[in-house]
Amino acid sequence: MSIRERLSGNEATAFAMKQINPDVVAAFPITPSTEIPQYFSTYVANGQVDTEFVAVEGEHSAMAACIGAEAAGGRAMTATSSQGLAYMWEMVQIASSSRLPIVMPLINRAISGPLNIHCDHTDAMASRDCGWIMLFSEDNQEAYDNMIMAHRIAEHKDVMLPLMVCQDGFITSHSIENIELIEDDIVKEFVGTYKPAHYLLNKKEPIAVGPMDLQPYLTEHKKQQAVAMENAKIVIKEVSEDFEKMTGRKYDFFEGYKLEDAEYVIVCMNSTAGTVKETIDKLRELGVKAGLLKIRMFRPFPGEEIAKALSNAKSVAVLDRVPLVSATGGPLYEDVVSGMFVEGINVPTINYTYGVGGRDVTVEQIEKVYADLQGLKDMKEPYRFLGLKSK
Amino acid sequence: MIIIMNINKDSTWEELTPGGTIYDAGNAREFKTGDWRSAKPVFNSDLCKQCGLCFPVCPDDAIPVGKDMARGDFNYDYCKGCGVCAKVCPFKAITMEEEEK
Repeated sequence: MSIRERLSGNEATAFAMKQINPDVVAAFPITPSTEIPQYFSTYVANGQVDTEFVAVEGEHSAMAACIGAEAAGGRAMTATSSQGLAYMWEMVQIASSSRLPIVMPLINRAISGPLNIHCDHTDAMASRDCGWIMLFSEDNQEAYDNMIMAHRIAEHKDVMLPLMVCQDGFITSHSIENIELIEDDIVKEFVGTYKPAHYLLNKKEPIAVGPMDLQPYLTEHKKQQAVAMENAKIVIKEVSEDFEKMTGRKYDFFEGYKLEDAEYVIVCMNSTAGTVKETIDKLRELGVKAGLLKIRMFRPFPGEEIAKALSNAKSVAVLDRVPLVSATGGPLYEDVVSGMFVEGINVPTINYTYGVGGRDVTVEQIEKVYADLQGLKDMKEPYRFLGLKSK
Repeated sequence: MIIIMNINKDSTWEELTPGGTIYDAGNAREFKTGDWRSAKPVFNSDLCKQCGLCFPVCPDDAIPVGKDMARGDFNYDYCKGCGVCAKVCPFKAITMEEEEK
């Protein structure tokens, strides 16, 4: 029997980490992810986990300690947000290129400046091509569930890549919601033990990790990472199916909400999906065929599958929770439309920047997007602001 | 499990180890770095008094020393021509010459 609880997104994430009981957690506090290592260090102090907690002096060191621990053969975790991820960015890529399946909750927050501590996805998007698997979570339940599935995906022999579980800073990280937890022993069995094929502390096989990799080799090693990312798609499907058998909760690359017959579709990630679903219910009562495609698996990016799912729509809006400052579309938009282009699917698709720096996203704003989609005549104005104050 | 590594610059992506991990200890010996050299130390055994000052300062262990603690000629597979040995030699038994190749 599952356990009914009320937890914030951060609590749920820390609780999952307690159940996973990793060998090492190395972390540094940064808003809004601070609570995760805070709760976790309480578990350590209370003897509820066997984990070595390393109170490092910064995020660069947090990721470096995780890399060392994982290379040694242990299971290592950390958690961060925003500037923390920016500060560890260098080591983030050492982790993926050394093929170390570290798992890290990323509590999404704007990157300064000007200084802002609230939610947007700039931190995740600035690290989207660092070779990590990236799962996004609409609510606390999804954040918890993604954490429970994370190690099975990351540590699979055909994958061996680090994994981020993203959720919206404050909006879900600090909101207390009802949640269904899985019993400790069932989590333990599901997650399993980490048995790397090669590790530094194996005295029978002395190895060297992270050597020089010059012109004759780097391209081939990056090809290996690309193949591992392709393999992750298969493994994520398998693990999600096993998870559904265990809990009844279904996860796929993305979730469609009233998508099958939808004429006007919004594509987004994380908590905004809840607001979009609410809006869709309202619009459906008025006879508007509105739908949602909520991406859960952002890396590897399921471009082909998304394009096919959008092929019957009349128009599509991709919501990017990042500032658009490049005189072109946002990262999610570009991935979606390039998926469509490759598949030969040409549905008019526009892009909105919204919710930047924690700006609230309302049903009225989402209604505006669906109204824009219904009235879309041409592609003269593809890049738009949602909720911008202007004269 | 010991994996015998046989990787060279023509190895394909399927043949390389994940992340470039080296499953073998002491393999730096197989990586001959002497061709980085632009200056070459030349050993004159007639002038050498076997004082033992040169080989401890060699950063690359390129001066072989026998059981009798006597040094032999340079191992040019690894000598990078830094010239530290020539500087410390009190007897001018090591001279630096331009590498010709």
